[in-house]
Amino acid sequence: MGALTAARQDPKGEVYALLPEPNAEACHEVLRQYGADRIVVIQTPEADLSPFPEGQAAVLAAAIDRFQLDALLGASGEAGRDLLARIASIIGAPLILDCLDIDFPSGTVRKSHFSGKTTATLRLNSRPWILGLRPNIITEQIDPRPGDIVVYEIPLHVSKRLVIREVKQGSSGGPDVSEAEIVISGGRAVGSAENFRILKECASVLGAAVGASRAAVDAGFASHALQIGQTGKTVSPRLYIACGISGSVQHFAGMKTAKVIVAVNNDPDAPIFQKCDYGLLGDLFEVVPALTRALGPGRSK
Amino acid sequence: MRIYVCIKHVPDTAANIRPLGGTAFDETVKFIMNPYDEYALEQALRIRENGAGAEVVAVTVGKEVAVSTLRTALAMGADRAILVKTDAYFTDSAETGCLLHSAISRDGSPDLILTGRQSVDTEGMQIPYRLGALFDMPVAANVVAFSMDEGRVIVEREIEGDVREVIEMTMPCVVGAAKGLNQPRSPTLPDMMKAKKKEIRVIPQADLGFLAPVPAVELLGLQTVPDRGRGSILVGEPERKNGAGASVPAPERGQGSIVEKERLWRGSAFSSRRGKARSKKPAWAP
Ligand SMILES: Cc1cc2nc3c(=O)[nH]c(=O)nc-3n(C[C@H](O)[C@H](O)[C@H](O)COP(=O)(O)OP(=O)(O)OC[C@H]3O[C@@H](n4cnc5c(N)ncnc54)[C@H](O)[C@@H]3O)c2cc1C
Ligand SMILES: Nc1ncnc2c1ncn2[C@@H]1O[C@H](COP(=O)(O)O)[C@@H](O)[C@H]1O
Repeated sequence: MGALTAARQDPKGEVYALLPEPNAEACHEVLRQYGADRIVVIQTPEADLSPFPEGQAAVLAAAIDRFQLDALLGASGEAGRDLLARIASIIGAPLILDCLDIDFPSGTVRKSHFSGKTTATLRLNSRPWILGLRPNIITEQIDPRPGDIVVYEIPLHVSKRLVIREVKQGSSGGPDVSEAEIVISGGRAVGSAENFRILKECASVLGAAVGASRAAVDAGFASHALQIGQTGKTVSPRLYIACGISGSVQHFAGMKTAKVIVAVNNDPDAPIFQKCDYGLLGDLFEVVPALTRALGPGRSK
Repeated sequence: MRIYVCIKHVPDTAANIRPLGGTAFDETVKFIMNPYDEYALEQALRIRENGAGAEVVAVTVGKEVAVSTLRTALAMGADRAILVKTDAYFTDSAETGCLLHSAISRDGSPDLILTGRQSVDTEGMQIPYRLGALFDMPVAANVVAFSMDEGRVIVEREIEGDVREVIEMTMPCVVGAAKGLNQPRSPTLPDMMKAKKKEIRVIPQADLGFLAPVPAVELLGLQTVPDRGRGSILVGEPERKNGAGASVPAPERGQGSIVEKERLWRGSAFSSRRGKARSKKPAWAP
């Protein structure tokens, strides 16, 4: 939905929502609410394209050509990155992933370079633009449009040289860390996989996702999928709570664009206190459960 | 079997990046091998060591100084290396893809191409896909597990929410490595000595026929991102309840703006120096 809101910022633009799922009627109303002028329902002879990422990209690439689209916008979470990069490579189009914002009139976008230490301004010199937005960077806005349905049937020969054989669900559960509005992360100081439970409990009352520093991941306290930072995920939540994390540059690379950063640390000299919005000086084993109790269902008025 | 590993020469992730106006930055900082590319190279070396009898070739597009990262790759165990020498530090991703493609295809025919999942300098996140399209090979990126069997590669790729896709591809193919795939080795001193004798072929960018008119994506400028500055620090006891169950102010020595603290911590069990018991829940609470 953030991508729709971003697309609406193009003063001259007519916004098409491309929907490769023929049976997703439930989505149509939402797409209209968030500003789709047209909804392109894509139908292919292959009933289910989900095991074939190359096929999914090929139909979307074909739709760009069929409707002469000037730009394709999507979310650059892990799945979005993969799809957008496949599409851009098929048509040889310029691609910028993880955009922080887009300026349509000048054809420029901004994105992080050097792990968030600098922001680069990039200009797109040819069309169509393929752009992925950092999740949560744009607040979606309701802007109802007609959302007329256009059915696009495409006779596609799906290559089977690449097949998704299985999708394995990890153990963490809860919302995805790269898309969550609130993230609570634990560092080395959490001490064990078992202790991560206190973060999970707090996350569940906050509706947050749990993240981890590399030190916590390397020590086996949390799975790789939860790592935030340079070599992990990039997140941009409204609120980021770092518990027992010292605040290395590599960790900041992954969470610098959070709207509010709160650090819980028992060392007044912890570097993270120098670059956060709010610091709580205290032991995470006291502070986090207190937060859980304070914000949980039974909290006192 | 021949394996090409794409390796980028990038500033150390801990280095302070100082923009110098336009697209220039202070390049006197320490440079290293792009961290994800270490996983890619390690995987290639393991394939070779597991008896597949592979030749491992490291390829870089970069300025002449990038030779130092290729030396590291050779010390880790790559058999030889190719540098596509550019004049400018930044090259558009699409162009880098073309340069890697033409350097590799002139050199030989790849059975496997390994890359990292992303560069930590330009964060393009696309070279493996560009190579896949140019070589017409299947691609999987963000790969955390790899196995190979009779012309097929099976990988696990991490996607959102702690979910992994198990992907099967025919070879030749392109694989983008992520953290978790393996533990890269560190070269020893003798390794580094041996690496000095290995071949690094340098090809000027112009020899590959790419003198870009205007890149499709043009870098206009780099700006420093200011740090947030010191946060408002709260000190106190997490919870101190009176009989009625309301929060009672705990002694506090914090610095910084109390107004801000109140904005955020209304309703939490924490309290600021002003010491009012607060009742409203924070704006971001569910
Ligand atoms: C190439 C490269 C890539 C990297 N990528 C990443 C990455 O993606 N993500 C990442 O996070 N790191 C990454 N790192 C590692 C990074 O440099 C740091 O080593 C790491 O972030 C440190 O993790 P930490 O903050 O959990 O641990 P520490 O630095 O050990 O910090 C622990 C903190 O907990 C505090 N503490 C201790 N006990 C308590 C308590 N009871 N209550 C509250 N606080 C307590 C301490 O005061 C300390 O500040 C990378 C490093 C390199 C070289
Ligand atoms: N200039 C380059 N030279 C060699 N390999 C590169 C270069 N740029 C990117 N790569 C490879 O492509 C991967 C992804 O890079 P990127 O698409 O720039 O994020 C990196 O991890 C490298 O393996």
